[in-house]
Amino acid sequence: MFGQGDDSRRDFLKCMAWAGTGALFAFNGGVGSSIGLDSALAEPLRRTAVRPFTFVQLSDSHIGFNKPPNADARATFREAVAKVKALAVQPDFIIHTGDVSQLSRDDEFDDADQILKEAGLPVFFIPGEHDMLDPDGGKAFLNRFGKGSKGAGWYSFDHRGVHFVALVNVADLKPGGMGNLGAEQLKWLAADLAGRPASTPIVVFAHIPLWTVYEEWGWGTDDSAEALKLLARFGSVTVLNGHIHQITQKVEGCVSFHTARSTAFPQPAPGTAPSPGPLKVPPEQLRSMLGITDAMFVRGSDRIALIDSTLSA
Amino acid sequence: MSRGFRTLSFQGAALVGSVLMMSTLSVMTKAAPAPAAAAVRIDNFTFRDPVVTVRTGTTVTWTNGDDIPHTIVSKDGVFKSKVLDTGDHFSFTFAKTGQFGYFCSLHPHMTGTIIVKA
Repeated sequence: MFGQGDDSRRDFLKCMAWAGTGALFAFNGGVGSSIGLDSALAEPLRRTAVRPFTFVQLSDSHIGFNKPPNADARATFREAVAKVKALAVQPDFIIHTGDVSQLSRDDEFDDADQILKEAGLPVFFIPGEHDMLDPDGGKAFLNRFGKGSKGAGWYSFDHRGVHFVALVNVADLKPGGMGNLGAEQLKWLAADLAGRPASTPIVVFAHIPLWTVYEEWGWGTDDSAEALKLLARFGSVTVLNGHIHQITQKVEGCVSFHTARSTAFPQPAPGTAPSPGPLKVPPEQLRSMLGITDAMFVRGSDRIALIDSTLSA
Repeated sequence: MSRGFRTLSFQGAALVGSVLMMSTLSVMTKAAPAPAAAAVRIDNFTFRDPVVTVRTGTTVTWTNGDDIPHTIVSKDGVFKSKVLDTGDHFSFTFAKTGQFGYFCSLHPHMTGTIIVKA
């Protein structure tokens, strides 16, 4: 873990060593800003109520997927977990932002569970639409990965001064629509956030992006604006999503949005293909398009850094 | 003699009867047309024929041609497939007239309609 002063700087640098061509964006004092790695490193670490820590985001493992461009999504997921295990600074936990499985089959969930255990870290899950395909519409996922959650699988928790909110936007989807949170979950979110000081750093994670990346492919959430309204008073909000199997990011006011790569297969950039189906890249290219995201709380006040790295890096 | 005649007439009646039966059967076969069928393919996250008009009694079969699973779910709860992986299909026979909107519950921007006429 990070301490204060030079030792922590060295740890941070070590942590950066694996990042390769990682993208980084950060925000400070509640104002979103893109910064380079150098200026992030130059920022002196200040004493803060929020102790520095890291966590890792894994997404879209699609265990069971076995078609081009990836004949074995289990193998690439295992590589991603090995990459987490090899991090110089071990994260406090992993979040998995959904599509754990391809078809919600028990053996797929089993294998995902077993592979994740190799990391030896706590894992927090939310379902993707591929995890809702059992006859009971998501029960198989919830029984295994959603214990103690509410509704279709939403919950929140606190870690070292940061409030984490896990939202589900893949349940009860409406014809012609995109992702959907629903009135019940929004009501819960309002109650969950009420009374928390605006200075509390918030991390929200959900499967489908909580902003509209590309409506024609359903890459957005119909009622996300209502959730963002509830988050607007907070000085630091980080929104982490999956679903689109590529990195996109956006900063809007104090809210920073980011989508992670998949560990199974890439998808085309919005509108660049006839459909959002798997991008059939050659085998030698595949691992450069799969990856993990490392989130670091290295700031004095409200600094969050997200670093994406690929399986080939 | 009379006994032989009876036997013959019985045989004749049976023959006439079976001919009648056979012709009735063939009439029945002609009267009931082969069950109507229609097909909707899923390709590139779209229902290839988003609006299909059929007669009552038609069986519509959806086939998933994508690498990604899809579902066929009626907007009004009339029919619902299990998940269709690549090459899987789902059939539903429309007994009643009406407009039946449906969508993919995984990718709800995928929508279609079956119009059933008498």
